[in-house]
Amino acid sequence: MNITILDYGAGNVTSVERALRRLGAAPARTNQADGIASAERIVLPGVGHYAALITALDGQGLRRPLLDAIARGAKFLGICLGLQALYASSEEAPELTGLGLLQGKVSQLPDTVKLPHMGWNQLDRARGSRLLAGVSPDDYFYFAHSYAAPSSGAEAAALCGYGREFIAVLERDNIFGVQFHPEKSGAPGAKLLENFLRLA
Amino acid sequence: MSLAHRIIPCLDTDGVRVVKGVHFEGLRDAGDPVELAARYNAEGADELVVLDIAASRDNRPTFIQTISRVAETLSIPLAAGGGIRSLEDARAVIRAGADKITVNTSAVERPELISELSREFGAQAVVLAIDAKRHDSRWLVHARGGREATELEAIAWARRGVGLGAGEILLTSMDKDGTQSGFDVELTAAISQAVTVPVIASGGAKIPAHFLEVFTTGAADAALAASIFHDCVQSIRALKEFLEQNGVKVRLPC
Repeated sequence: MNITILDYGAGNVTSVERALRRLGAAPARTNQADGIASAERIVLPGVGHYAALITALDGQGLRRPLLDAIARGAKFLGICLGLQALYASSEEAPELTGLGLLQGKVSQLPDTVKLPHMGWNQLDRARGSRLLAGVSPDDYFYFAHSYAAPSSGAEAAALCGYGREFIAVLERDNIFGVQFHPEKSGAPGAKLLENFLRLA
Repeated sequence: MSLAHRIIPCLDTDGVRVVKGVHFEGLRDAGDPVELAARYNAEGADELVVLDIAASRDNRPTFIQTISRVAETLSIPLAAGGGIRSLEDARAVIRAGADKITVNTSAVERPELISELSREFGAQAVVLAIDAKRHDSRWLVHARGGREATELEAIAWARRGVGLGAGEILLTSMDKDGTQSGFDVELTAAISQAVTVPVIASGGAKIPAHFLEVFTTGAADAALAASIFHDCVQSIRALKEFLEQNGVKVRLPC
């Protein structure tokens, strides 16, 4: 199965690759425009600082090819920062511009809770979800972040609450995103990745 | 819907094998890190810590290989540390598949290391490990595997570490470590209240009631133990069931 991981230097690329291999996929890593041009499924991993992802995308000339691929219908999965990059901007680096495929901006979780939001949490389904098919509502996923998406939007498939509510799973046409790390979320995480691999 | 308290087994290694000792001394072999990691992954551990307690330069490539082999078997987060003195050391550990880096003595010697790591990998990837020992009415930080007392006061050092960019504190009570008489709840609560990041309590665990106490009175976000898990004295599953029955939110995998 053709699946491409955008390898712009993120820390969790190896983990995502290993998780996909365990599912029988043979992921290809790329940081080249032509690698993206031929991709059917694209995973954008990310962990750490929002600026690192956005500046890497622009510095390596990957923004345009990625937007073109999504526009032609390639299935896209953003993980953690990869989800946050879909919005117009983030408070973490207000001077930078995100991919802008979704409305709203990424903002910091409130300081009424310990940050980062670190560990295993459950989801609240907002509607039917293709990524969460076969995943129990009681299942936990592993989060490690301090900034998060808005709490609502047509793209919201599931929310999570920590200090405030935020979109933890988003789905719009061929665009998918998860705030948690499915590659580190045991069996439910593997199921979610498998669902992405099998999207028709 | 709320964040689960984490149970974290710790593998102290000599770079290759898991070892254990009391009060950081009298080490003996306790198994293969990859086998233990696979077992804990299957039993419902929430995360795994792998440390190179020898932390010698010569040992480095071997320990990196161990991290890589452990990471390969895991579908849960992995923190690794011991002997990380520079960004380059940390990059090797992250590239091998670790999600987080723990720093201890190297941060005491050069606190800016915390900021350097946090800038490159994000605060969520930087765990400040603190070995604390009571001296009269306060707790002092010990370095070099606990062998060397420093002038740093543990609460102040934890605060400073968070200010520099640490995203988590791994707090070991040297007074309790190896005693199996329970966590240092007072120390854990003091640190947990002093910082805005999650705190992992370590040192002294034996029975489930110890974990319950450190999650409630001690306000810990996670609890770490080694030998009671390695020796099958305590199953992770049974521990989590006990905690859930006592009102502590935990993740019980199916």
